[in-house]
Amino acid sequence: MTQPEDEIIRARQRERARLMAWLLGAFVILMFLITIAKMGLAK
Amino acid sequence: MTPAIAQTNLPADWRDLLALTKPRVMSLVVFTGLCGLLVAPELPPLALGFTAILCIALGAGAAGALNQWYESDLDAKMRRTATRPLPAGRMDRQTALHFGVGLSAFSVILMDLAANHLAAILLAVSILFYVMVYTVWLKRRTPQNIVIGGAAGAFPPLIGWVAATGRIELLPVILFAIIFLWTPPHFWALSLFVRSDYAAAGVPMLPVTDGLAATRRQIAIYSLPLAVVAVAPWPLGLAGPIYGFAAIGLSALFVAMAFLVLGNRSTEPSGMGPEKRLFGYSVLYLFILFAALVADRWLIL
Repeated sequence: MTQPEDEIIRARQRERARLMAWLLGAFVILMFLITIAKMGLAK
Repeated sequence: MTPAIAQTNLPADWRDLLALTKPRVMSLVVFTGLCGLLVAPELPPLALGFTAILCIALGAGAAGALNQWYESDLDAKMRRTATRPLPAGRMDRQTALHFGVGLSAFSVILMDLAANHLAAILLAVSILFYVMVYTVWLKRRTPQNIVIGGAAGAFPPLIGWVAATGRIELLPVILFAIIFLWTPPHFWALSLFVRSDYAAAGVPMLPVTDGLAATRRQIAIYSLPLAVVAVAPWPLGLAGPIYGFAAIGLSALFVAMAFLVLGNRSTEPSGMGPEKRLFGYSVLYLFILFAALVADRWLIL
């Protein structure tokens, strides 16, 4: 694989990894809110 | 992008993954699902309601991705769809399949956690119906493809209601029926003026198999039960006058436009103004009708 090809692939991987990090962070917050809401319903 | 690298050898761009979910179709799905949830007699806590709608959106996106995975050969033959990520060669099919299956499973599991088993089962059924019954089984075999397959798109308000209440009742079933009866005239209006695309791809849409006149007749016929079912919640006592008057006005216009399509004799897309207007209005019709139902539920006269 040539240098520019490698850079293009790495750049796209970085972009996807960054997006995935944001989505996972949002998922953690969502699960926290779901848990709190479910605990409220159980009361 | 250098020409030396084939696009499909690259990791898929997230924008193309997003495009696989058909975001424009998703907006109508999310809206009708939200309306189903908002008109339910009891509302879930905000976080659970938000998650239920998110799951409906993700499930619809997953179904759209699996549809594009299966139909990439058809999409390549039609102008309207040839620029999608798979036919344009920007993504490999396996990525689309993994994305669609993964998103389907995620949406159903999350719905089960946040709402209830019945809502999760209905979401799974709607995804499977769209992919297996409509995409794989019906679409390439029969002109009834969108009549039966339209049921898949009719699930969201039912799922929204069930996510809120845990029960299936008459009003969400009527909402299901409205979208079920709305789908054929909506898609047939479109298929009239993009008929050559469907014919080139070998998709047996009604204008291709039965001709223009038969399709226009079916559009007019379907508009009548649609109008009856759309108005029905009012006399049945399931909705009030805000919805009732809106449904009567909107449906009368829908029927009138459907009969203008019936009266059109043009065989060329350039002369299909009534068909194009009906297609555009049909989207607006569903949005306003469902919005009127929510307004009727929440606004005190």
